[in-house]
Amino acid sequence: MRYRLEARARPAQAMVWLSPVLAAALSVIGISVLFAVLGRNPVQALDVLFIQPLETLDGLAELALKATPLLLCAIGIAIGCRAEVWNIGAEGQFTVGAIAGGGVALTFGGHDYWWLQPAMLLAGIGGGMAWAAIPALLKTKFNAHEILTTLMLTYVAIQLLGYVVHGPWKDPEGYSFPQTKQFAPDAMLPMLIDETRLHIGAMFALASVPLAALLLGRSMMGFRIRTVGAAPAAARYAGFSRNTVVWVCLLLSGGLAGLAGIFEVAGPDGQLTPVISPGYGFAAIIVAFLGRLNPFGILFSSLLMALLYLGGEGLQVSMQLPIAVTGTIQGMLLFFLLAADVFINYRVRRVPARAARALTHA
Amino acid sequence: MHELEIAVAILVATLRAATPLVLAGFGELIAERSGVLNLGVEGMMLMGASVGFIGTVATGSPIIGLLLAMLAGAALAMVFGVLTLSLMANQVATGLALTIFGVGFSALVGVKWIGIPLEGIATDIWPSLSSSSPIVQQLMLLDPIVWLAVLVPFLIHRFIYRTRAGLVLRAVGESHDVAHALGYSVLKIRYLAVAFGGAMSGLAGAYLSLAYTPMWSENMVAGRGWIALALVVFSTWKPAWLALGSLLFGFVTIAQFQAEALGLALSPHLLAMLPYLATIVVLVLISRDATRLKLNAPAALGRPFHATA
Repeated sequence: MRYRLEARARPAQAMVWLSPVLAAALSVIGISVLFAVLGRNPVQALDVLFIQPLETLDGLAELALKATPLLLCAIGIAIGCRAEVWNIGAEGQFTVGAIAGGGVALTFGGHDYWWLQPAMLLAGIGGGMAWAAIPALLKTKFNAHEILTTLMLTYVAIQLLGYVVHGPWKDPEGYSFPQTKQFAPDAMLPMLIDETRLHIGAMFALASVPLAALLLGRSMMGFRIRTVGAAPAAARYAGFSRNTVVWVCLLLSGGLAGLAGIFEVAGPDGQLTPVISPGYGFAAIIVAFLGRLNPFGILFSSLLMALLYLGGEGLQVSMQLPIAVTGTIQGMLLFFLLAADVFINYRVRRVPARAARALTHA
Repeated sequence: MHELEIAVAILVATLRAATPLVLAGFGELIAERSGVLNLGVEGMMLMGASVGFIGTVATGSPIIGLLLAMLAGAALAMVFGVLTLSLMANQVATGLALTIFGVGFSALVGVKWIGIPLEGIATDIWPSLSSSSPIVQQLMLLDPIVWLAVLVPFLIHRFIYRTRAGLVLRAVGESHDVAHALGYSVLKIRYLAVAFGGAMSGLAGAYLSLAYTPMWSENMVAGRGWIALALVVFSTWKPAWLALGSLLFGFVTIAQFQAEALGLALSPHLLAMLPYLATIVVLVLISRDATRLKLNAPAALGRPFHATA
């Protein structure tokens, strides 16, 4: 008896949405094995990872707080992926957005200007867009592949952040810690729920979901984006400019990532430090795939990924597991998803022994 | 005499910095020549770096450490192989997954080994390092892995262009359907090429943690895997250009340290941007000519193969 994969006549729509569920279930099994190998009780660890964070109001607020940057970055990445524009550098755009918005906060904060916070957010968006405009230009003018350029620019952005917090913007009263001054109170984002750290950024992230769905599903630009990705030849024939789509996708995702960046530093942090993100920009790639590149799907997957981050912190505190567990689980989840996705386009067929022999001899 | 010393020091430092790029780059070159684009180089290098370091410290033998590192890289590459070759998953997405997983898993595996000091491989082999003249001291920094990296371009060039197996490899990368029709097992050849790429990435990572730094820290590969990938594009899949590109990048990497040594008043953070910016410049220069890139790229690169008969 042998098994072989057989191409389906058309993709199985049910599998498109079953696959992430299957991947999540397989990940839970994988995580249990991982914990057993690390010598911890899997049931207890799963409880810390997935249940305990959801038991308090504070936990739920933290969940929404962590989902905010993931959601914003993933929406942008997903729109790009629809057009086969691979923005792998959301982490860099996030960082530059935080630097640009943080710069506005440090320069103009403390004077109670009414325009301060809008200006910070716009600077964040602008910073992210500017950083994404470089790969867009290099792609459309010089054909340089955006996977490598966006990624290289992420390393540059992280060094840029290191430069400003060690150099020109370093807090002179910070006991030589590499960090900027605390933002003035008027530069800190308003909170949504008292006694928690959840700020208004979550509302922006939530609003981005229907807006992105409208853009993709109901607008001419969305149609162009989807056509360029799904049928490049048809898009060319229809006269859709691929270059325009590349620019739109990269500027949009860069702007969203930059917005996420300034939210992160003007919300919970209140200052720039050498490390402002636990890899949100990279995790957002997984979030985008897990959410099927669909804005509403991404809303769910960003909450799941946020739960992984939150639960990972819980594991570190209560079970002394290294924080790297989170990254391992993220990678595992994406592996299982990609494997499960095979069944969208293929089905498993059992080949009887005799036929299998005939096949090998043929 | 002093100039000679400086020249030797720069040459040695360039070779040492180029070594991980050469090893990982040539591994990826073979995989891509078979038609498989594996973007997981960074992740496989990190696994090699942590496993190689742990293996060496635990057993006391760098040879065992290096072998384990190659095994770890190849094992990770096999996960990629199963997903992309047997299950026909998207190569770009799977490669990214491999890197994300490698970053996390290497950190998890190596968490107890951060900050443990280790004598570099060179000091291990030539214990008299400290007693010789400066030039000899410099030359002794060239450990056997560096020498291997000097040999690799010649060996791979010979393999690709002068052996039957190399011809088959290229055939599979150019047109898997034709190779299949001729009776070659496309999947087997691609699995082997991907495994070789993984083992070379693992070796490159272990070189960083065992000889170059030598120590283990999270994410210590710092984008070198991605630079190696960019160099393969830059080389237009030709061994000679890949070797040259790696040397060039080795030089750019050390320019950072040279500037610091010369006391240039530039922030180390700004200098650290250099290799990444140089990668972008090089990519732009080479990609400008889209036709040339297309003509030289393996025609089946990134395309899944599904035998219908």
